[in-house]
Amino acid sequence: MRRILSAEWTKFRSVPGWIRGSAVAALLIALFPITGLGGGPPEQAAPIPIGPGGGPVVDAYYFVHRDLTGDGRITVRVAGLDGVGWAKAGLIASGGESPGSRYATIMVTGGHGVRMQHDYLHDRAGPEPAARWLRLTRSGDTITGEASADGSAWRRIDAIELPEATRIGLFVAAPQQTSGLGSAPGVATAEFGRPELTGDWSGDWTGHQRGARTATFSGYPTGASGGFTETGDGFTVTGAGDLAPATRADLPVAAAAGDLLLGTFPALIVIVVVATLMITTEFRYALIRTTLSADHRRGRLLLGKALVVGGVTFGTSLAAAALTLPLWLWVVRRLGLYVFPAPPGVLLRASAGTAALLALTAVLALSVGTILRRSAAAVTAVVVAVVLPYLVALIPFLPSAVGQWLTRVTPAAALGVQQTLTRPPQVDSVYSVAYGYYPLSPWAGLAVLCAYTAATFTLAAFLLHRRDA
Amino acid sequence: MTDATIEVDGLHKRYGAATALRGMTFTARPGRVTGFVGPNGAGKSTTMRIILGLHRADAGRALVGGRPYRSLRHPLRHLGALLDASALHPARSGRNHLVWLAQSQGLGRSRVDEVLAQVGLESAARRAAGGYSLGMRQRLGIAAALLADPPVVMLDEPFNGMDPEGIVWLRDFLRALAGRQRAVLVSSHLMTELQGMADQVVVVGRGRVIADCAVADLIASASGDRLRVRTSATSLAAAALTSTGAQVTETDQDLLSVRGLPVERAVSVLAAAGVPFSELAPHRATLEEAYFDLTRDAVDYRSGASS
Repeated sequence: MRRILSAEWTKFRSVPGWIRGSAVAALLIALFPITGLGGGPPEQAAPIPIGPGGGPVVDAYYFVHRDLTGDGRITVRVAGLDGVGWAKAGLIASGGESPGSRYATIMVTGGHGVRMQHDYLHDRAGPEPAARWLRLTRSGDTITGEASADGSAWRRIDAIELPEATRIGLFVAAPQQTSGLGSAPGVATAEFGRPELTGDWSGDWTGHQRGARTATFSGYPTGASGGFTETGDGFTVTGAGDLAPATRADLPVAAAAGDLLLGTFPALIVIVVVATLMITTEFRYALIRTTLSADHRRGRLLLGKALVVGGVTFGTSLAAAALTLPLWLWVVRRLGLYVFPAPPGVLLRASAGTAALLALTAVLALSVGTILRRSAAAVTAVVVAVVLPYLVALIPFLPSAVGQWLTRVTPAAALGVQQTLTRPPQVDSVYSVAYGYYPLSPWAGLAVLCAYTAATFTLAAFLLHRRDA
Repeated sequence: MTDATIEVDGLHKRYGAATALRGMTFTARPGRVTGFVGPNGAGKSTTMRIILGLHRADAGRALVGGRPYRSLRHPLRHLGALLDASALHPARSGRNHLVWLAQSQGLGRSRVDEVLAQVGLESAARRAAGGYSLGMRQRLGIAAALLADPPVVMLDEPFNGMDPEGIVWLRDFLRALAGRQRAVLVSSHLMTELQGMADQVVVVGRGRVIADCAVADLIASASGDRLRVRTSATSLAAAALTSTGAQVTETDQDLLSVRGLPVERAVSVLAAAGVPFSELAPHRATLEEAYFDLTRDAVDYRSGASS
């Protein structure tokens, strides 16, 4: 195998066009984001709330509150909630006025039962989904949430350290409604019973729409507005917004780190051409006879070629992506564009995944070239198989299910390895490929391409073995 | 059996409806240049591809040094072959073409420089092979065949496109290889290319061997007992010679071919008749004439079948 590898490496490096092609592919990955820099940063008047975890959040809800000093408790019955899905009505202890502050809530939801949530990211379901009695208790720095079906037997859901909580009260939120690839502002109205208070509460019940001027608040539907009215035995509150991590649909002008790997597409085409020519030129010039008479182990020969082109592609792409992705992130942020944060581990995974995606595609192209023995047909087949499903998935008027399906079962699923956004389970949003959300996890997406490549490689090795050369 | 042989035994090969080989059988022996001759389509290239394990025979076997080519660990150390001199990547230099071949056989680069010197291609070795003339490609192909210094060398139509100087060089080169006890198998569709070089000829037509004999024997059998007589008085000479019962045909202006008469008798007959002549000698057939005699049937059959 070592002899095959060194011979195939010599073959590869001694065709200047192939070396140039590999270099060009790496440069495309490194430099292609430059094409997106025109036009300057978008107008972004409203601030983006950043949560305690560092990520953008939606921090908008209708808040009816009083202030609590020292230990105390608030108990309320949610008599009714006119809202669907993740529409929320319940109690909240707010940790501050600035957007993105900490908080703790206990709530009933439109479709997900009783939950206790805090700090945008954390969500815990209550043991009795149908419970309608809620209470928050502050004891020292700890906020404890409990729910009850009858107002007498209470079951604790969670307890959160929240020393900064002073403003406590009722809240109603309704996230954007998604329909197909679009979304529209949502609104919900809840009937609360009269809150029972213990402890040192001060001030009157006051209400306001929190987060009204933040970038992640999508507003009210036309004709609707937030507010609260005190009724004989409680409150009626109408609100919009959400308490959750922001998704791409909440921040359409923001970018994802994975967007900066868009040079993958032109690079992929160059790499597919190089990998295909590695074998199709052997057929074209009848060099394959020399190759196979020098070593008749045809499967190993194909493996040697795959290791050479895959290894070269992986190395150059990884260097290009891993070195330039942090640099581009810095540049883009300096230019004023908001980029969803991604930890270094995720950036490294996206870079390494991109390199693996391109290396696997190179092996796929080599295999298809072996099967078809024609350069143009093989290049077309591979580009169509890998890139076309992705492009189709981007078409806005197609049902999103089609896009999700295409990026699940075709080789384009591997592009999911570039996703740097995560899909919070407590948020229904537009999770489309265009927004950078893929149906499969990054490595599972890559595994789909792996499976296609392995199957095609096996067929290619079989045909190379069987056919007369 | 020595290492330096190619044994081809009863090869049959069909490609779809076309039958390429019907029991091809011959042996190329060490110390000899074996010519492998036949019209285009006779099965020469197919046989060579089967010898190299590139194509699978439907029946029969081909052995190199007593072993199937595909069982050889470093095949180029057993058999060096040149099938198609143009089988080069045009952007790769000739030297790099030899380097990867050397690496595939576990040979060092010094061997590459040796064979480049041997074929006289050092000056062009670092240029892209796409710019090579056909003669240079042939030399590069021969360098590749000699790379691992194999005991058997097999060349498919190596003279095609070569200039006269190159042809002379290659003949001497192959003779020298045979002189060092190598087995050399050279195919050609032109018998003239082998004249003066081949020791043995395997004449093939329609996928099988028509004749397999030493060149000397082949020429002798084709020459028969004919005389050639050069004279300005052809009709007088023809009359005198025919009167002895010999068969006389005029093959050219001033040239007669006489069958059935010893040289001494012919001289005395012509002298007695007072016919002047400038040359009278036994006819020596060319290798090509012998070849045409042998392949006529095969060619006739082919043209008859296709018309």
